[in-house]
Amino acid sequence: MFDNLPILSLLIFLPLAGAVLVSLTPRQHPGLMRGFTLGVTLLVFVISLPLFFNFDSSRIAFQFEERREWIPAMRATYHLGVDGISLLMVLLTTFLTPLVILSSWNDIKTSIKGYLVSMLLLEAGMIGVFVALDLLLFYVFWEVMLIPMYFIIGVWGGPRRIYAAVKFFIYTMVGSLLMLVAILFIYFYYGKVTGTLTFDFVQIRELLFPENYQFWLFLAFGLSFAIKVPMFPFHTWLPDAHVEAPTAGSVILAGVLLKMGTYGFLRFCLPLFPNASLQFAPLLSVLAIIGIIYGAWVAMVQPDIKKLVAYSSVSHLGFVMLGIFTFTHQGLQGALIQMVNHGLSTGALFLIVGMLYERRHTREIADFGGLARPLPVFTTFFMIATLASIGLPGLNGFVGEFLVLLGTFLTNKTYAAFAATGVIFAAVYMLWMFQRVMFGRLDKEENRRLRDLTRREIAVLVPVTAMMVLIGVWAQPFLGKMETSVDALIRTVHARAAKVNDAPGLAPLDLGWRIASPPAVAGE
Amino acid sequence: MMTNTLTLSQIVYHFAPTLTLVVVGLLVLLLGMLFPRMYRETLAAVVLFGFGIAVFYAVQNWGESVVLFHGMIVVDKFANGFACLFVIAAGLTLLLSIDALESTSLLVSEFFMLIIFATVGMLLLAASAHLLTLFLGLEILSISLYILAGFRRNDKFSIEASFKYFLLGAFASSFLLYGIALIYGSVGSASLTAVAEAVKARHLLDTPLLTAGLAMMAVGFGFKIALAPFHTWAPDVYQGAPTPIAAFMATGSKAAAFAALLRLVLTTGMMTQAVWQQIFWVLAVLTMTVGNIVALRQDNIKRLLAYSSIAHAGYMLIGVIANNELGSSALLYYLLSYTFMNLGAFGVVAFLSKTENELVNLNDYRGLAFRRPFAAVAMAIFMFSLAGIPITAGFMSKFYVFSAAVQAGHLWLVILGVINSMISLYYYLGVVVVMFMQKSESAGEELALERLPAVGLALIIAVFGTLQLGLAPARWMEAFQDLARSVM
Repeated sequence: MFDNLPILSLLIFLPLAGAVLVSLTPRQHPGLMRGFTLGVTLLVFVISLPLFFNFDSSRIAFQFEERREWIPAMRATYHLGVDGISLLMVLLTTFLTPLVILSSWNDIKTSIKGYLVSMLLLEAGMIGVFVALDLLLFYVFWEVMLIPMYFIIGVWGGPRRIYAAVKFFIYTMVGSLLMLVAILFIYFYYGKVTGTLTFDFVQIRELLFPENYQFWLFLAFGLSFAIKVPMFPFHTWLPDAHVEAPTAGSVILAGVLLKMGTYGFLRFCLPLFPNASLQFAPLLSVLAIIGIIYGAWVAMVQPDIKKLVAYSSVSHLGFVMLGIFTFTHQGLQGALIQMVNHGLSTGALFLIVGMLYERRHTREIADFGGLARPLPVFTTFFMIATLASIGLPGLNGFVGEFLVLLGTFLTNKTYAAFAATGVIFAAVYMLWMFQRVMFGRLDKEENRRLRDLTRREIAVLVPVTAMMVLIGVWAQPFLGKMETSVDALIRTVHARAAKVNDAPGLAPLDLGWRIASPPAVAGE
Repeated sequence: MMTNTLTLSQIVYHFAPTLTLVVVGLLVLLLGMLFPRMYRETLAAVVLFGFGIAVFYAVQNWGESVVLFHGMIVVDKFANGFACLFVIAAGLTLLLSIDALESTSLLVSEFFMLIIFATVGMLLLAASAHLLTLFLGLEILSISLYILAGFRRNDKFSIEASFKYFLLGAFASSFLLYGIALIYGSVGSASLTAVAEAVKARHLLDTPLLTAGLAMMAVGFGFKIALAPFHTWAPDVYQGAPTPIAAFMATGSKAAAFAALLRLVLTTGMMTQAVWQQIFWVLAVLTMTVGNIVALRQDNIKRLLAYSSIAHAGYMLIGVIANNELGSSALLYYLLSYTFMNLGAFGVVAFLSKTENELVNLNDYRGLAFRRPFAAVAMAIFMFSLAGIPITAGFMSKFYVFSAAVQAGHLWLVILGVINSMISLYYYLGVVVVMFMQKSESAGEELALERLPAVGLALIIAVFGTLQLGLAPARWMEAFQDLARSVM
């Protein structure tokens, strides 16, 4: 029934249209604008559901594909599609956005219009990143969603918001501009080898790059993804951005934006540069483990709950990276499901911290204690999110971490041993934080009078919590969707890494070639 | 190409864009003399109508390639395409200046006339098939701009700008003329076709005489385009000149000089020589780097835009160095994008400025988004575009230029260009930060001025152009590739 409906385009253009409409609404009607935005994002979520239910998990090829001319002069196309790797990411985005809008209902008081427009643009950009199958189109989405996020942090953020926003923007841009050069290089290299110019990922992934090229291209792509993840030495923008961003911004950052980095590795680095991926795997695994342990240790000593959750993201994303670079079925599946999990549980934690902040205007752990008594409902949700974040069996975090550790164990037992300590540290810092905030003596006068969650806040938290429990007890429907794609990806990496030495080679950086005379060399 | 057996009416037809502008220029002068108190809106309407006719003719004889006046002028797609670009720049400049000239309204007809004649000079530059026409066009353009730069006669910065521009411009012209003389001496003719043939037949590119001539010309163009190290005049002149004129100089006159340079480079084939490639390579890198690094420390927005404009000349030069069809069309694309986004950025400055004291310090823009959301959003779009962020013209043109250079094998040049883009991000973002993320301490009364419909219109056109070229570049790219092919 949805066969001839361009669902993916709808997912991108509905928020865009919504943004235009909101920006035309007179500013005297904040309620109308909020309601409308919520409606649009809910509609986007509803439209994205058929993606999940109609997705044929036995097919390797991209599904719901759309393809149109975009810049014929450059052979760039508007090519969209999802496979098992991007499907859940799209759904995560459409799922979180309405919740975020609802959560920030009273939170944002100045320039509501600008805020809602930014949110809608952000959603369009994020979905675009996950469904674009044309390298140039991907790059455009990748960059353009920086702008609304930059405004969300910089305009509606905390006291050091400008510093955080500029740092966020420049860090991400620096990485991605080199990716642009790499994309151009791929474009012309592909043209030289096959005689046709294209940015189309589906075509380009058929081509095998010589080993020395793969090395540089992997670096150029990998840097921008690693910054976004963020991998260990590139992570410094993240705590700043998270702490300064308004609650909604933090949720989106943690929930979706960080996933773009790991998604980039899965989508582009692994299939396009299999040799370089294998070559870089030890380095990236070690960095991932450093990230896991370092993130956990730094989280442990944070006096600010939000900062603690931010550093826990560094640690959690380390697991995802570790899983990806095991190149095992378990590791990759674990990484993918962990991307979703982190979006849900860390998103939930940021929402909860935001609600606490709205009540007390502080996030210092020392300012709380014994909150469990006045806030029973709040405590319940907080506890579930905390336990999910730790990876308690029966909740979502367990499935992902378990699979990642299993995959790591199969390939390298030392890595697995070190990574496993991260799980323990996570339990320590999360539970310790929870204990200091929620239990103990209720000795602060202000904390006694706190109101428990409102109905709106419960409405925000229930869906997230339900999803955490659902994935925890019944992960199979989600894992099943990605199975075929993950298998195909692993097989290509291994099969093609062996074959790469036969690829036609060139001296590095020598591309003195014109469109008119492509040499007739076959791809593989 | 047709030979010189054209009837007068054919000549008029092919030369119509330029002729129209000349007629309109004289008409404006006449009207100004006869009706000194004429509304400047009326005058502007007359001029804009004339511009419309010029564009109409340029589009009309788009496909044909004709040599006029015994090989002095060639009217081809390249010339016609550039004619449209120049007229767009001049039209936007005119819209920006309508309100800016409140106190000097009596001089308005001269002001408009000079803009028109500057445009005529640009058209000649782009259409020149002979080095003398080239020089003639450049001088018509430059002399008009010398006067326009000093048009705010009560402002000592404006006078200084005019004087400085004149001195250095004259200096540049003499370099150019010297170069032309040397080329003439080496080839025996100053016609571009003759130069091209002689170069091909006699391998003149290896001779010192022609090399020296081309080098002199390169220096002359370097001044006009404001390439480092010949750029030092630009910030002072842009700062001192009336804002619309600064915009005009940064876009139109730069585009004209690039048009002439491109024609020279393509006809002589000098970029096939490794030496020339290296020289321009160094010039491009130097220009980008100097422009961007100095711009980091500016808090006068006109100076900031001046340095940004220097940096952009460096990016554009990459298109020349690429020396392929993609590069030439990318340069054209860049120039058009740049016209919209840079005129727009200057336009916002003009929009917010009163006649006497302009709001040019970054501090004046503090919290602009809360008082003038339209201007702030427009400025943000121009800043993002100048920084080269997707869905804007700036991204597409940088992408286009870089891809031409990658195709030509200049990977390092592209990487240096990219690093420069990263540096430039910082100061462009700085403007956005000031407008959107800081609240002004001083009350916003400074900005409480009347509506300026003409400037607003110019801004809307510029925003539209910037987004259109960024989102749907297809048709433009094809048109420009067609254009580039006509000169190659």
